[in-house]
Amino acid sequence: MKLALKVTEIEQLSPLVKRFRFEDPKGGSLPVFSGGAHITVEMPEGEIIRRNSYSLISDPYDGTAYEIAIRREDQGRGGSLYMHTKVSEGDEITVSAPSNLFQLDLRARKHVLIAGGIGITPFLSQLKQLDMELKPYELHYAARSRAEAAGIKLLPEAAHVHVHISEEGARMDLGAILDGQPLGTHVYTCGPDGLITAVADQAARLGWPKTSVHSEAFTAPPPGEPFEVVIASTGQTVSVKADQSLLEALEAAKVEVDYSCRGGACGRCHTKVTACDGRILHNDHWLSEGERAAQKDIMPCMSRFKGARLELDL
Amino acid sequence: MTMQFNDETFRGDYTYFNSETAINRFPFPFDQDTYMYSVNIEQHPGGPKGTPFEKMFDVDEHYVSEMKDREITLAEDPLRCQSLPHMELAGWDLLELIMVSKAKDYPDLFKLTRDGNDWHWVNKPLGIEKKFTFLAPTTLPCGPMEYITRQTQGDFALLHERDGNLWMDAGMVTSQADWSLDFDVGMNFFEWHAPVPKAKKMGVFDKALKFLLSVNQGQHYRRLNWTMTVNPRLDTSPENYHKWGPEKRTITPENVGQKQFLRVELQTFFRLPRSNALAFPIRCYLMNLEDIATKPKWGRRLHRVLRDIDPDLADYKGFAVNQEMIVNYLSQFDDGAPTSPGIFPES
Repeated sequence: MKLALKVTEIEQLSPLVKRFRFEDPKGGSLPVFSGGAHITVEMPEGEIIRRNSYSLISDPYDGTAYEIAIRREDQGRGGSLYMHTKVSEGDEITVSAPSNLFQLDLRARKHVLIAGGIGITPFLSQLKQLDMELKPYELHYAARSRAEAAGIKLLPEAAHVHVHISEEGARMDLGAILDGQPLGTHVYTCGPDGLITAVADQAARLGWPKTSVHSEAFTAPPPGEPFEVVIASTGQTVSVKADQSLLEALEAAKVEVDYSCRGGACGRCHTKVTACDGRILHNDHWLSEGERAAQKDIMPCMSRFKGARLELDL
Repeated sequence: MTMQFNDETFRGDYTYFNSETAINRFPFPFDQDTYMYSVNIEQHPGGPKGTPFEKMFDVDEHYVSEMKDREITLAEDPLRCQSLPHMELAGWDLLELIMVSKAKDYPDLFKLTRDGNDWHWVNKPLGIEKKFTFLAPTTLPCGPMEYITRQTQGDFALLHERDGNLWMDAGMVTSQADWSLDFDVGMNFFEWHAPVPKAKKMGVFDKALKFLLSVNQGQHYRRLNWTMTVNPRLDTSPENYHKWGPEKRTITPENVGQKQFLRVELQTFFRLPRSNALAFPIRCYLMNLEDIATKPKWGRRLHRVLRDIDPDLADYKGFAVNQEMIVNYLSQFDDGAPTSPGIFPES
C-alpha cells in the first residue's frame, strides 16, 4: 500500500539531521502504527527511484501526520542527500504504509531502551506508546557531542530519560544499566553494530534470556563499486551503479523482487544464487554466518558483489 | 433493515437452514476435482457481488442466531474466550477494525460515530447501542476483543509476533472444527499446528509462517479451509466431543443428504496497527449435501473430491467413518461430465 503525502514541515535538528513531517494533502487520516515502525520513502531522481526505510518518530496513535528524522550521509548512495537537498516544504512524496520489525514486547515488566546516535529514531515513537500504555521504561541515549545529538530536542525531560554525551565524559556504562534490572525486563538497542553487540554481550554475561534482548540496525544500503548480475530465467544482464543498490537496479530493469524493510532485516527480498564466481559482499542482518560463507543466498536490498559472474535465481 | 435473519438453532433440535440466497452464495471450497493442501491465499476483500468475499466481515442471514449460540457456549464454558494480559491492545485494534468495516459495509445495520476517543456504536440486528471511550477498558462491560466478537460471526485468534514466530495469545473460539483455545493458548505457530497430518513434511507451515510474518498493514488476505460435520453444529469442540462425537453414528443412507454438512472456513488475515499483532478470523459456513447438490457442478465435484481423498485426510477431517455412505449418496449427482475451473457454480 502506497500513500501520496505532502511535506508540511522540515526542521534542522542538528548540523546533520533534519526532521520531516508528512501529511495527507486532503487532510485525511493516515493509518496509525505501533512504536518502532518504519515507512519506506520513495526518492525519484532522473531514471532512478531510490527507496530508503526510516523509523517513524511521531505519535503512533496520531493519524494526522508521519514524522521521520534523517541523518545526512555524505558517503552514502545519495538517498539521505536527496532528502536533505532536494526536498522542500510543499513537495509531494510517496511513502509505504507503516511496517514494524522492531516492536515492543508488551509482555515485558519493564523496557530498557538503548540508542546510539541516529539510532534514537525508533525509540521516539516507542516512548509515546509506552507512555500511553503506562508501561515502566528507561531510555539511554548516547552521542558523541551535544551538537550532534539531534534526538535531545525530541526527547521529553524526565527522570527516566538519560542522555550520555561522551565528549562531556559521560560515557554510557552498559554494565551499570543492565545489572540489577527486575526480572521480566526487556532491552532494545538501536545504533551502530558495535553498540548492539556490546549490549547483547553484556546481557548474556548477566544471564538475560536471549528472547528479552532486541535490536535493530538502521543502516541504509551502502554504495560501492559498480557490478553486474545475470538473471537465470531470462539470461538478462543487469548493471548495478555505484550509488544504486542491487534491489534498486533490479527494480529499474523491471525484474520483480519482493521487499519490505530495504535494510537487510526482514528477509523479504531473500534471493537464491545459482552461480557465483567471485565474492558476495553481504551487508544484511538476515543471513547466518554459514549462509554467507556458502554464497548461495543474497539479500539484494543491502548486498553487493565483486568478481566475474553472479547469477540470480529470478 | 434490508437483511432477514433466520430464527434457528445450532444444537438440540437443529433448526438451522440455508435460504436460496444462502445456497447461491455458499463459499464452496474446491476449485478442482481433487484436494490436497496448498497455501491457497488471495487478497481480501474482493469477489463477485453478493459472495462472502465481497466485504471485510461478511454478515449473513445466520448472524443473530449464531450470536445467540455463542452466548450459550460462553455461558457454559467461559474459557472459550481468553486474552493474555499483553493482548488487550490487539483487542482494541480488532474492535476498531470490525466496527469501522461493518459501519462502512452495512450502513443500514451498523453505525459508528467517533469524536476523538469518544465512540458511539449502534448494532441494529442485536439491538445494541453503546457509548464508550476507545482504549479505556472500564468503559466496556468486558474486554474489547470479547465485546466485539460477541457481535461478529466466526472465531477469532489474535496472534502476537515475537522471536520470528506467531503466538496464539488471545482468541474467541466457539465455532471450531475440533480444536481448543484453552489447550492452544500461548502456543506458537508450529505447536498449534502439530496435529495436522502430512503438512509438516510438505513444508507447508514454514512457507505459511513466512507469508504471515510478512503481512503488512493495509494488505489483507484470505484462504478457504474445510471439513465435514454431522448436523449443523457450530460448537464442535474437543471440550464437548461427548455431545457431538456420537452423532456421527446417526448417519444412515436415508438421512445423509440432510444431516451431513460440508463445513467451510473462510480464514482471513489482518495486520493490526497499534499492537502489530495479526488477527486471524475463522468464519464457518455450513451446508448439507442435499443443498450442495442443487448446484450440478458442486454435486459432481464434491463426489470426486471425497471419493479420491487421501485416507489420512479423511481421518483427520473426521468423516472416514461415514465416507462410504457420503460418497454413495453423492454418486447419484455425478454423471461423469467435466467440471469448469473455479469455485463458483455455473449460473
